[in-house]
Amino acid sequence: MLEIKNLHASIEGKEILKGINFKVNAGEVHAIMGPNGSGKSTLAQVLAGRKEYEVTKGEVVFEGKNLLELSPEDRAREGIFLAFQYPVEIPGVSNTNLLKTALNEIRRYRGLEQLDAMEFLTHLKKKTKLVEMDQALLSRAVNDGFSGGEKKRNEILQMAVLEPKLSILDETDSGLDIDALRIVANGVNKLKSHERATVVVTHYQRLLNYIVPDFVHVLYNGKIVKSGGKELAFELEEKGYDWLKEQKELV
Amino acid sequence: MVERAEGTRITMNQNSDIKTWYIKNFETFENNLNGESTKPIHQIRREAISNFSKLNFPTNHDEEWRFTSISPILKFNFELGERVDLKTSQIKKYLFKEIKGNILVFVNGYFSPSLSIIKKYSDGIKVGSISEEIKNNSSIINQHLGKYANYREQIFTALSTAFTIDGAFIYIPDNKIIEEPVQVLFITSSFGKKIISQPRNLYVAGKNSQATIIERYVSLDEGVYFSNVVTEIIAGENSKFEHIKLQEESSSSFHISRTEVDQERASNFTSYSISFGGEIARHDINSRFNDEGGECSLNGLYLIRGNQLYDTHSLIDHAKPFCNSHENYKGILDDNSRGVFNGKVIVRRNAQKTNAFQENKNIILSSGALVNTKPQLEIFADDVKCSHGATIGQLNEDSMFYLKSRGIGEEKAKAILIHAFASDVVKTINVEEVKKYLEEILEKRFNK
Ligand SMILES: Nc1ncnc2c1ncn2[C@@H]1O[C@H](COP(=O)(O)OP(=O)(O)OP(=O)(O)O)[C@@H](O)[C@H]1O
Ligand SMILES: [Mg+2]
Repeated sequence: MLEIKNLHASIEGKEILKGINFKVNAGEVHAIMGPNGSGKSTLAQVLAGRKEYEVTKGEVVFEGKNLLELSPEDRAREGIFLAFQYPVEIPGVSNTNLLKTALNEIRRYRGLEQLDAMEFLTHLKKKTKLVEMDQALLSRAVNDGFSGGEKKRNEILQMAVLEPKLSILDETDSGLDIDALRIVANGVNKLKSHERATVVVTHYQRLLNYIVPDFVHVLYNGKIVKSGGKELAFELEEKGYDWLKEQKELV
Repeated sequence: MVERAEGTRITMNQNSDIKTWYIKNFETFENNLNGESTKPIHQIRREAISNFSKLNFPTNHDEEWRFTSISPILKFNFELGERVDLKTSQIKKYLFKEIKGNILVFVNGYFSPSLSIIKKYSDGIKVGSISEEIKNNSSIINQHLGKYANYREQIFTALSTAFTIDGAFIYIPDNKIIEEPVQVLFITSSFGKKIISQPRNLYVAGKNSQATIIERYVSLDEGVYFSNVVTEIIAGENSKFEHIKLQEESSSSFHISRTEVDQERASNFTSYSISFGGEIARHDINSRFNDEGGECSLNGLYLIRGNQLYDTHSLIDHAKPFCNSHENYKGILDDNSRGVFNGKVIVRRNAQKTNAFQENKNIILSSGALVNTKPQLEIFADDVKCSHGATIGQLNEDSMFYLKSRGIGEEKAKAILIHAFASDVVKTINVEEVKKYLEEILEKRFNK
């Protein structure tokens, strides 16, 4: 589904990603872990098409298409969804309106019929229930004045409504209480299928109890320095990252 | 535009030639008035033309006109417009059909009885035209017209006053309410002629009265013409008066307009000044608290592009204590358009317990667009709460990316954010039809 080859990216002349190789197949769940500042969010934003990051080398193929050539909106329409580490507040734009516009734009791109207000509301209601979100948040402006946890849950609601092929969740678990964590994980798991894949960026093994990954990768200083199964997460939880850093410096 | 860039160099020649032109026109105008020249109003007209002849058109050297050069307006010898008959079908689209109230239609500045719909009132409410009131020797006209808009120092107001011929007249006696908003439509149909029309409006709201006026300025063709508007509003004690002005003139026209508001004790005045049209458009809006307990809310939205220039000069005069004013102007500027906002608030020495809040925010959609914004607070009382803020910026990049990352395209994302930006002005409009109309315009403009 997604194949990243030797991806280098920099911002303001500073190289952040230094040769990422990474492959995600349909049906898989990948976890990316790694110390602060290692480039996890950068990778996520580059995949979503943030133009402030300059890709200097490498390629990204998504569903057979050169992803790097697509605009951010077309990437979303092709089925990529990024749950932001820091969701943006947009005063004056209602949450419902954003979701309806987004869903219909995506449907138009795929040659599907536009949903009318009623059809959309039915769809939205179902998804709202799935992520156990307070209805009142729907009519409020996008993330405007939302608590940290509400923002994260709102990202998951958007994901549930848009039903992407590849979801990239950037620290969606941080700032969530235990119940919310379970709900968010539940949302992700419900969406899981043979056609979809998920990449979760997290600092905590805890989330991975709920969203069980097939692979765990460690991103360090702009490179994936180690990959393994879910047991790697436990190892990291126990030992931290220092042993990997040392190992890497030896190489 | 060359004229605009060289605006400071209006030659004295141009200035005096065009003045001579209008003065000459006044003679013709006066001769055509027939019996009317014996009326009291005519003394005012004459005084005004004499002031006009002494005043000079402003240049960029005048502080109040620093960023707005009117030299393009002075290039043309505008003639008085003619009375033209239009069909209802030609003007229908400029009326809000769901609003069932009075409709006053003016074509080229002249009242058109056949296009207007005036309700019959038995309780003294008057909705009609200035020309009719002048003909009938209305005491209200004699009492109020020209008393608020300064035709001694302001040349455009002097010009308007000299040529006072017609406009909207609304009088609401004490304790009366006009339930439905009154629609006042000024429509220009110039057929390629360069005409000037000078709507002169007078709205007098008595004690405890209430009314909403929707004033709309449009044209049938994209011609070069000049609307020079003066509106005087008297908001009586405890009255509630709402004035919505939609300026949608041809983009090659000029629109200079002055709104003067006199606020009596505990009156509540709300203004919306919405501006889309005109090559050069300027709105001076001044409100004065003549007594305690008044509320004044001035709102504005200007949405301009191309080479349009829009200039707001507002003045809220807190001459008396215990009054609140609230000003919120928003601008959206594209291409090479220019915006000017000058918001003056005076809090006089005895005007304690004043609350004055002012905000002007602008979004620039293109590197060629420009805004000059200047809040001007002059506070002479000590127990007051005043705040002001002005911003000029682009659409927020993070918000744009967030929307796009959800599959929303560039144009639509822009439209959504612009709509959101404008919404806190638009959504407070109480007239549902106007609100809907403005939302449609915002949507259409940016959502291609
Ligand atoms: N606009 C920018 N200008 C300069 N440096 C930047 C910019 N954006 C990110 N960086 C740097 O890039 C590096 C990687 O940042 P990134 O946000 O990808 O880290 P991360 O792995 O997501 O960290 P965290 O776990 O704290 O979220 C950091 O050193 C950060 O300071
Ligand atoms: Mg991060």
